[in-house]
Formats: sequence, structure tokens, C-alpha cells
Amino acid sequence: MSKKRYPRLFGILPFLGMLFLGGCNMTLLNPKGQVGMDERNLILIATGLMLLVVIPVIIMTIAFAWKYRASNKAATYTPDWSHSTKIEIAVWAVPVMIIIALGYFTYISTHKLDPYRPLESDVKPVTIEVVAMDWKWLFIYPEQGIATVNKIVFPANTPVNFKITSDSVMNSFFIPALGGQIYAMAGMQTKLHLIANENGEFDGISANYSGAGFTGMKFKAYATSQADFDAWVSEVKKAPKQLEKAEYDALAKPSENNPVELYSSVPANLFQTIIDKYEGMNKGKPHHHEGKEVAAMEGMDMSMHSAAGAEE
Amino acid sequence: MFGKLSLDAIPFHEPIVMVTIAMIALGGLAVVGAITYFRKWSYLWTEWLTSVDHKKIGVMYIVVAMIMLLRGFADAIMMRSQLALASGGGEGYLPPEHYDQIFTAHGVIMIIFMAMPFFTGLMNIVVPLQIGARDVAFPFLNSLSFWLLVSGVVLINLSLGVGEFAKTGWVAYPPLSELGYSPGVGVDYYIWALQLSGLGTTLTGVNFLATVLKMRAPGMKLMDMPIFTWTCSWANVLIVASFPILTATLALLTVDRYLGFHIFTNELGGNPMMYVNLFWAWGHPEVYILILPAFGVFSEVISTFTGKALFGHKSMVYASGAISVLGFVVWLHHFFTMGSGASVNAFFGLATMLISIPTGVKLFNWLFTIYQGRLRFTAPVMWTLGFMITFSIGGMTGVLLAVPGADFVLHNSLFVIAHFHNVIIGGAVFGYIAGFAFWFPKAFGFKLNEKWGKAAFWFWISGFYVAFMPLYALGFMGMTRRLNSSTNPEWTPYLYVALAGAVLILFGIACQLIQIYVSIRDRKDNLDVTGDPWNGHTLEWSTSSPPPFYNFAHLPQNAGLDAFTAAKRNGSAYKVPGRYTAIHMPHNTATGLWMGLLLTVFGFAMIWHIWWLAGASLVGTIAVFVAHAARDDQGYMVPAEEVARIEGERLKALGLAPAAPVHGARVEQLERV
Repeated sequence: MSKKRYPRLFGILPFLGMLFLGGCNMTLLNPKGQVGMDERNLILIATGLMLLVVIPVIIMTIAFAWKYRASNKAATYTPDWSHSTKIEIAVWAVPVMIIIALGYFTYISTHKLDPYRPLESDVKPVTIEVVAMDWKWLFIYPEQGIATVNKIVFPANTPVNFKITSDSVMNSFFIPALGGQIYAMAGMQTKLHLIANENGEFDGISANYSGAGFTGMKFKAYATSQADFDAWVSEVKKAPKQLEKAEYDALAKPSENNPVELYSSVPANLFQTIIDKYEGMNKGKPHHHEGKEVAAMEGMDMSMHSAAGAEE
Repeated sequence: MFGKLSLDAIPFHEPIVMVTIAMIALGGLAVVGAITYFRKWSYLWTEWLTSVDHKKIGVMYIVVAMIMLLRGFADAIMMRSQLALASGGGEGYLPPEHYDQIFTAHGVIMIIFMAMPFFTGLMNIVVPLQIGARDVAFPFLNSLSFWLLVSGVVLINLSLGVGEFAKTGWVAYPPLSELGYSPGVGVDYYIWALQLSGLGTTLTGVNFLATVLKMRAPGMKLMDMPIFTWTCSWANVLIVASFPILTATLALLTVDRYLGFHIFTNELGGNPMMYVNLFWAWGHPEVYILILPAFGVFSEVISTFTGKALFGHKSMVYASGAISVLGFVVWLHHFFTMGSGASVNAFFGLATMLISIPTGVKLFNWLFTIYQGRLRFTAPVMWTLGFMITFSIGGMTGVLLAVPGADFVLHNSLFVIAHFHNVIIGGAVFGYIAGFAFWFPKAFGFKLNEKWGKAAFWFWISGFYVAFMPLYALGFMGMTRRLNSSTNPEWTPYLYVALAGAVLILFGIACQLIQIYVSIRDRKDNLDVTGDPWNGHTLEWSTSSPPPFYNFAHLPQNAGLDAFTAAKRNGSAYKVPGRYTAIHMPHNTATGLWMGLLLTVFGFAMIWHIWWLAGASLVGTIAVFVAHAARDDQGYMVPAEEVARIEGERLKALGLAPAAPVHGARVEQLERV
């Protein structure tokens, strides 16, 4: 053995180690919000359950292939053996049992982690209305009367109720560190409920390709203390820009890598107006769902859009 | 006069595209020159292009698939190098309008123009032989299907040099794919390339279902069909049931784009969600269309090279059927994040998990086929073992994505990319390559070089893991798909490693090309004289390699499961028949080729709004078909003497005494053309 060979090999090892043991850097495995944590745990449970059958299969593949290699004349050879009721029962039963267990977790978790389900908390939630545009995110704070582009701030340990739509093509609203995503679709409203368990700065993205400027369609989400949040709101209220109609129309034009914008005021019901403009043939349909958060348990809250009934 | 088409459609300003076009043009000229120089045009025309022989059509399908593999892989390595260069804030070398076309083209090409023709080619070569038939039920239709595929291939490759391809992702979701957001011709290329080849696929499905139902050798029961034929048949059931959905969906998108309808638009009552549902109602069965035949290949390979009967043949048939049926009730798992509500999501999640049960059964059945066997480590076996390990992992990540709660964070991430490459490369592609090596001697009469085949395997499998394991990790790091650059420095090393993996796969593909070259060069050393190079179980090994154009001088009688193994054991396998009789065969025809050509022109004219040309070529297509249908062609009889001569040559090679033809013997009326 020459001395030279080892250092080179060892040079690769930390690199590989960094790649495959670097789990603590992985956003989804180290989430900062309760929803994300529950989803991470679900991933770990499901993976563990499946490994119960996957690992034996991989080991058996290698072991059987090696043991019954043609050159091993010592191994038993039964060319006509092609049926065994016992084994058949076992090979159907093992996957069935794993899937029953996994199915149980799936059923429970799908309801528990339904993004439309409001989070249980004693703290009053913050509502943020989200509009996907080409290619930026508009955020409206209806209770505070302010709006922003590509930046949101909200208090940590406070549920955030996102109401989401699009004024363009389909996008997906996603803050990986906090939990799941949901599509943003024109003429429709989807909902997402998230919470940050600690203060921090998180990346927000569109997770559904939406055209040329898609890659730059990013925003930052900041979870702060309640005091910092209040201070930020009053600061935005002093911002020079106001999101009146002309400003909105200019904003709605396609733009890439849009900078952060702050708007000190926003027309009432702007969010609803954006949804309604795609109403098409069903103008004037009553908004019977307003304010009924729990209604979301059944299907999408696409109340403004009769054609959406296609899914029901 | 020329609709939207003008010289501006050619991207002179894009050096990458122009160099590619120049290379394709030079390559094309070299091929044309070589054919002319060696005076092979008439051979090519009579023996291949106008052939209705299922074996030759199968070979042509696989040739197309391999060319498209190179094209699709070129796209892949461009994407990986772009992402490696454009990480940590770099710009890369591909602007978004080019990059977005590449990832769309990569998906469409690999699924529709690589995997589909590869599977169809294998099915064409093998299925009629496995059921002891002389051809498919509708030989002309088979030729037409092939030329429809070629139409799609021509259109998608034309988009490289004339105009643009879709910038929508291979799913072409509206409203992005609607006129308002994609005004160019890219989506129209997408629509017509998929429509034409999809029509061909539907016809293939019909043709092969009719073949296995009506053309099995006398006395062969359905349950006695070899497993590859069975899995292909399930795939054909899926084709017949699902491809019309694609055709209809694309037609609806077409009326939106061409006639100003609002079926999938944002406004005026349109509903883009409907497209997403319909697309995946086709799209999910489609992935089982790809994987089921590969399962069949692995079953044949494992049972042949262990020298054992397949464990649980019936179980495999039922498992494949269960996968096919369940494949239709899982489509919503592609968009849990649309917000359908917990109950709907739970239903589709659980339905998806159910599929892993029959799939798991299959894995166990392969394991118990190896158990107490005598496994010969040939290249097809290497691919199979590589598949069993790789697919277990891919199946696991797939089930994980079927858990809605997990999918909410993994959806559209690179985890998804890693998952479906894990099952499509590690499942379908490995299967097709294994099948290619397994049946190559049957199609050409000599074996492929083992050494280069194994080298290709090791490069492919290591390349797969190096390229896609980092993508699983990147998915967990929150990197989403279809990004053209990244600013997160933590992702950079993973993107470098993924590029290195793609390069390893490139070496694997190079090994395969070298393997084909070396095998042809040394073919004399690897001749398959007996027609049974692997000690096979099923009827395709009972005839010569390559088989005579009529496949079997005498149709096999009462073939049961593993019929050829049974024949070898009872000594009837190489028995010289007492006499030969005339055989009824179909004539070659160029109708399929002309229809394909005219429909290519039609598609092109529709894409560029050249209405007069579209009308003329459509009328021409119908006229050619009517002329074909109107002629009174009942095929022809191969005289008994000719059969005796061809069979005599084979028997001589086998060292057996030939039998004499019997004049005036009763004509075997085997099929109608």
C-alpha cells in the first residue's frame, strides 16, 4: 500500500459525510413551526414503517442472488418449484399489514394536518391574504390595512391564517420551514394555517412552476415578537406608497425578481375584488361562505366559482 | 400563405441551438450519404420502412427510442450543468426561455418518445412470438401506429429549429399553457406531437389486445400466456382506457387556443383544475403502462436465468391486474395541495398505498424465483437485481409521497424528481435495457457483448445513485423543481454531485453504444444458432434467431405455461416436422408511412396556422387511407417449398435432416389481412 492513496480517499469522506449526514441542515427535517414538526414526524414514522419491509427485501435480494449463484453447486436446486401457498399468503399478508398500519397514520394525519383546519391556540390569529402575481407575492393584512410585496412579518407563537388566490397562473404558496403548501389559483380562494414556534427569518417560495420569472418568485417570512410585529406594522403604515388602483395595475404587470414593497394603505376588499374579477359568467353570486372558517373541512372554499364544482 | 411562419422562427441568435441543429443536419447528411453510397435505399424501403412484420416494426421502435434517449439525455445534462453552474448566485449559461423549453422537452421526450416506443418495440418483437402467432391482429395498423409515433418525434424535434417548444413543464397546466400566458407556438408543438403519437399508442393498444385475445396459438389458454405478454396486455388495457382521456383533454386545450373557447382559462367560467384532473387521469395510468411491461421483462429474465419456473405466475397476473385497476383511482395524489379537503385526499392517499401491496407481492415473487435456483449473472440479471434494490427505495419514497401530510412539504420538490426518476430509471428503463439484451439475439441472431453490457450497468446504476440521492436531500432542504438557478450556497455541493452522477450515466450510455458496435463487429463469435441462447422457457425461443418472417413453420399446438421448457423435456422441441404447408402472410404497404408523413405536415401546418396546407394534408391523409382500405388485398401465400427451404437451412445449422415439402397440402388459413 502506498501512502499516497489514503489521504485522497479520506479527502472524499468528509464531503460524503457532509452530504448524507447533514440532516440537521435540512429545512424539512428541522422545521421551526408546529405544522412542519408534525409533518416531519409523519415522514419519519411512514419511512420507518416501510423500511420494515424494504430493508429485508434489499438484504434478501443480495443474499438470495449470492447464495443461489449458478457456480454454487452446493445450494439446493428445484427447477419446478413455483408455488407455495404458505409463501403466497405471507407475501400478500406482509405488505397488507404494513399498509394497514400506514393507512391508519395516513387517515388520522390527513385530517389532523388538513391545511384548512385552523390551529388550536389561545392567541388570536393573524390573517394574511396572499395574491400570487407574475412573478411576485402580494400580501395584504386586512386587519392592519397594510400590504407588502415579497415580505411578510408576523408574531411567533401566533397562528397565521393565510387566504390565498392568484391574479395570474397557478402557483403554490410554500414556507418550507413552517409546514405545508397550498396552490394559489385565480378566481378561487385556498387556505393555509401555519404557526412559527420561534422567532426567525424563513424562505418563502412558489412551489409550482409559473413561467419565465418563476425562479425569482421568492419572499422572506419573519417571525418576531408581538412588540416587534406591532412596531413593524406602524412603520409600514408610514410607508410612502399606497396600493390604490393605478399602483395595483402597475404591480400586476409581469416583473422578475421584484424588490420588497411596502404599502401604507390598501383598498378594503381588494382581495375579494381580485377573486371576483375571474367570476365570469357567474357575476353576483352571493358570498355565502364568508367568515365560516370550518366550512373548509369539506372541499375547497371556492365559493366564488361555480365551475369549481367539477371536483365535487 | 405561411400563417405565423417566417424566417424569424429560426433562432439564429442562439448559438447552442444553432450548433445542435448543424450537428443534427451533418449527422443526417452522413446517414443519407451512407445509405446512398452503399445503395441501401431500396433495401431500407422494402425490408423496413414499408414492412408490416411485427419484428421489424419493433426494431424500428427501439431505434427511435434510443435516438430519443440521446436527445432527452442531452437535455438532462444541460439542465444539470446549468443548475451546477447557476448555484450560489451564478447566472449559468441558459436563459429562462431556453431552460424552460429544455425541461419541458426532457419530460415529454423521455416519457412519450423514449419510454413508450422502447416498451412498444419490445412488445412488438416479443408478444406475437410468445403466443405462437405469425403477426399481430392488424399488421397494417401496427405500421400506421409506428409512423404516427414518428410524426410526433419529427414535430418535437422540429420545434428545436423552427419556433420554440412549450415552456410550461411537461404537464402543460393551464392557464399557463393557454394563449394568454403562452402565446407562442411552443404549446402547439406540444399538443400536436402528443396528439399524433398518442393516437398511434391507442391504436397499438387496440391491436395488441386483439392479438392476445384472438391470435394465440391453438389451445393456449389466457392463463398460460407468458408473464411478459400478460404484463404488456395489462398495459394495453390501460392504454385503451386512458389514452382517449389524453386525446380529449388535448383537444379541449386545442379549442381553447385555436377557437377562443374558455374551457380551461381563468376567466369566463373556465376551469384549469379540470385539466389537472383529466391530465393525471391519463398521466397516472401512463406510468403503469411504462412499468408493467418492465415487470414482465424482469420476470422472464429471472425465471430464465435461474433455470426455474416463475414463482407464482398466477399471483403475478393478478397482481398486475390489481395494479392496473387501482392505477385509475389514484390520480389526485399528484395534487393533494390543490386543497380538495381531508376526506378526498385521504381516499386518494389510501388508494395509492393499496398499489404497493401487489407491487410488494411481485418483489417477493421474484425473490422466491431466485430462491433455490441457479442464477447466471448475465447483464440482464444485473439489471434485474439492480432494479429490485433500486425500485424498493423508489417505491418507498412513492408511498411516502402518497401520505398527504408528507406530500404537503415534499410536493413539487426535488424529492419528487428523485422519486419518479428512481422508479422510471430504476424500474422502466432498467427493464427495457434488460429486455433489449435478453431478446436481442432473438431479433438479430447474435448476442450482445456481455462485458460492455455489464460496464453500462455499473455506470448506469452508480450514476443513478450519485445523480438522484442528492436530489432527495435537496428536496428535504426545500429546493423546488423547475428552478433555473439557486442562491442557497448549501445546495451547491449537492448540485455538483448530481451533475457528476449525470456524467456517470453518460458513460453508461456510451458503453451501450460501444456494446452495440462491438457486438455487431464480433457477431460471428456470438452467433445464436439454436434460437435458444439462454435456455428459455417460452415459445419465442422455439423458433430460429432471427425468426423467419412467418415466425413458425407450424403453429405450436396446445402450448401450456413454459411451453418450450416442456417441449425440451419431452423431446419434441427440435423434432423435424413431417411436412410443410403454405403460409398466409400480409403484403408490405407504404400506406402507414404516407399517412404519417401527411399527418406530420398537417400537425406542422396547424402549429403555424397555415390553414390551406392543414386542410390539404388532412384530405390527403384520408384519401390515402380510403385508397388503402378500398383495394382488395388478401395477402399472399408463402409456398410450401419456400417454407421448406427456409426451415431446411435452419435444420442444417442445427445438424438435423430437413423434411420435404408436401405439394398440394391443405392450406393453413391462419389469419386474414
